[in-house]
Amino acid sequence: MTSAPQNVSGEGRMPRKALLYAALSIITIVWVLPTLGLLVNSFRNPQEIRTSGWWTVIGGILDPNTWTLENYQTVLEGGFGNAWINTVVVAVPSVVIPLTIAAFAAYAFAWMNFPGRNILFLIVVGLMVVPLQMALIPILRIYTTLDLNGTFPAVWLAHTGFGLPLATYLLRNYMGSLPGEVMESARVDGASHWNIFTRIVLPLSVPVLASFAIFQFLWVWNDYLVALVFLGPDPRVAVLNVELAQLAGRGEGALNLLPAAAFVTMLLPLAVFFGLQRYFVRGLTAGSVKG
Amino acid sequence: MSASAPLSSPDYDPASEGLDPTSPTRQRFVKIVTVLTIPVILIIFIAAVQVSKDEDIPKLLQVVVALLLGVLGVWALYWAMDRSTNLLSQSRARRLRPWIFAGPAIVALTFYLVYPAVNTAWISLFNNTGESFVGLDNYVTILTESQYQTGIRNSILWVLVVPALSVAVGLIYAVMADRLNRRAETASKSLIFLPMAISFVGASVVWGFMYAFRPAAFGEQIGLFNGIVVALGFEPVNWLNIEPWNNAMLMFILVWLQTGFAMVILSSAIKGVPAELQEASRIDGATEWQTFRNITVPIISSTIVVVWTTVAITTWKVFDIVWVMTGGRNGTQVVAQQMVQEFFTFFRDGIGAALAVVLFIAVIPILVVNIRRFQAQEEMR
Repeated sequence: MTSAPQNVSGEGRMPRKALLYAALSIITIVWVLPTLGLLVNSFRNPQEIRTSGWWTVIGGILDPNTWTLENYQTVLEGGFGNAWINTVVVAVPSVVIPLTIAAFAAYAFAWMNFPGRNILFLIVVGLMVVPLQMALIPILRIYTTLDLNGTFPAVWLAHTGFGLPLATYLLRNYMGSLPGEVMESARVDGASHWNIFTRIVLPLSVPVLASFAIFQFLWVWNDYLVALVFLGPDPRVAVLNVELAQLAGRGEGALNLLPAAAFVTMLLPLAVFFGLQRYFVRGLTAGSVKG
Repeated sequence: MSASAPLSSPDYDPASEGLDPTSPTRQRFVKIVTVLTIPVILIIFIAAVQVSKDEDIPKLLQVVVALLLGVLGVWALYWAMDRSTNLLSQSRARRLRPWIFAGPAIVALTFYLVYPAVNTAWISLFNNTGESFVGLDNYVTILTESQYQTGIRNSILWVLVVPALSVAVGLIYAVMADRLNRRAETASKSLIFLPMAISFVGASVVWGFMYAFRPAAFGEQIGLFNGIVVALGFEPVNWLNIEPWNNAMLMFILVWLQTGFAMVILSSAIKGVPAELQEASRIDGATEWQTFRNITVPIISSTIVVVWTTVAITTWKVFDIVWVMTGGRNGTQVVAQQMVQEFFTFFRDGIGAALAVVLFIAVIPILVVNIRRFQAQEEMR
């Protein structure tokens, strides 16, 4: 619902409108062009990627010889297919585990009675301040002792720990705002906490669960630091971003593979993002504006 | 946020659920099986870690086991713990159950955040091999040696520039897109928002092709900026090499990534500004700019502060962009990237830990400002 700017006089509206479109277009172009250029580059012949800019395709845009899937083929066979699977294996439990643990805790903080409940919740919220970097050295030392480095469960648990404060905070706020009468009557009917949680609270919390799941998924999929530290560059476990960073570090020799590799890395988050944008935005606004 | 305590009703406890109270033998059997579930799940977990290390086991099997375990294992663990609690006397079960629900979160947070944070602070007081106590020497090193001073200076510059630009561009864009029809608004906002889905490493690759540089005699330029520069008849520029402007080049990558976030949040705040207020201001003869400056901005100021601080904290901890683009060379180092470098590349644990503590301490004032603001807002309601 947009209302056109109503000037008292009404004059000067045309150039203002034109100015508006011009400014919007310029910003939009600056924001889209880098990604667009990379996309164009990823379909060009390897030799041409190395020797000319992506914008030179305009001359031969209709020539089928300009375009090729060769880079994607090379990239997928050269480790990125495997890294893609690794990233799925990292991402799915790294979303589900913190979501589950946070949901149980949020229910306890919202609807169960126990000593120290409020202070514990405050501490959990306060832990949102602690940067990831504070945790790297000690956890790596513990993982080394337990021989957990380079295993998937090690990363799942790390992402769980780092994602929990925000998840618990968001879920508890949401669950706390659910109508108490519903739970009250369920208790009177003899429902256990387990049943109230799984049959009433969880179904009612689907919007916030979805928001956090998308948020955490994008975070984990796009993470580089945690995967680099706890999984490392071993191809058996390396995730997409670790492979991509390594490829970028190879310089000129791998130049033709970089655009395709970057798009293989970005494909799923972009799809999730566009498919579920509404939930994602809702989660962001809930996290930032209200809290 | 509803800060008030939720309902505190006496917990109801159906301890006998799922058991047959008439058969004591069967009851005992169920008890034993239920209690055994927990260690069994833990053993399976450890076995799975071993499986994922074993190179002889096919990848697909590993993947399936890992996913099943990661997803179902946690639920099974809670289920088993809850069922085991049912076996206790009613009053004990009532006291224990909240800890069954909240306990795993508290344990995970203690292990992954509380203990490491304290431990990192402790490590920062020792030398780089961790053998001798050196007090605050590592911090003195950070504050006096020029490479770390440059890192701190750059990080501060990042925090000054990136949130300001992201919020400014995001706000301008949100206000302007608000004037479009609904379809055009959604489409144009999606395009600005798109980089939010791109990883920092991916963004570095994207911008690598913008900043790419070839010396004049070494063939055509493949970077867009140098393509333009050369087409205009100038010498190509090695953007990531010219100090101190190379820092600005890196900063812009993060602005590009964060503006969408700022824009979306600010846009929803702007939509919440009552239309009558803006209308009244315009009827009083205020220009668009005056209406924006005096009506819209004050109303959404708390959202601006929240967005600003959120972007500032992300910026302060930026690591990937610098690590991938320049590796911190040519005067582009920042604290978070130096921390990883000290720890992983140079094995200087003491300095690395001290840099992590610096990262942590610097975030606190930003958060205090945010919390104060939030409290003031709550009181006004």
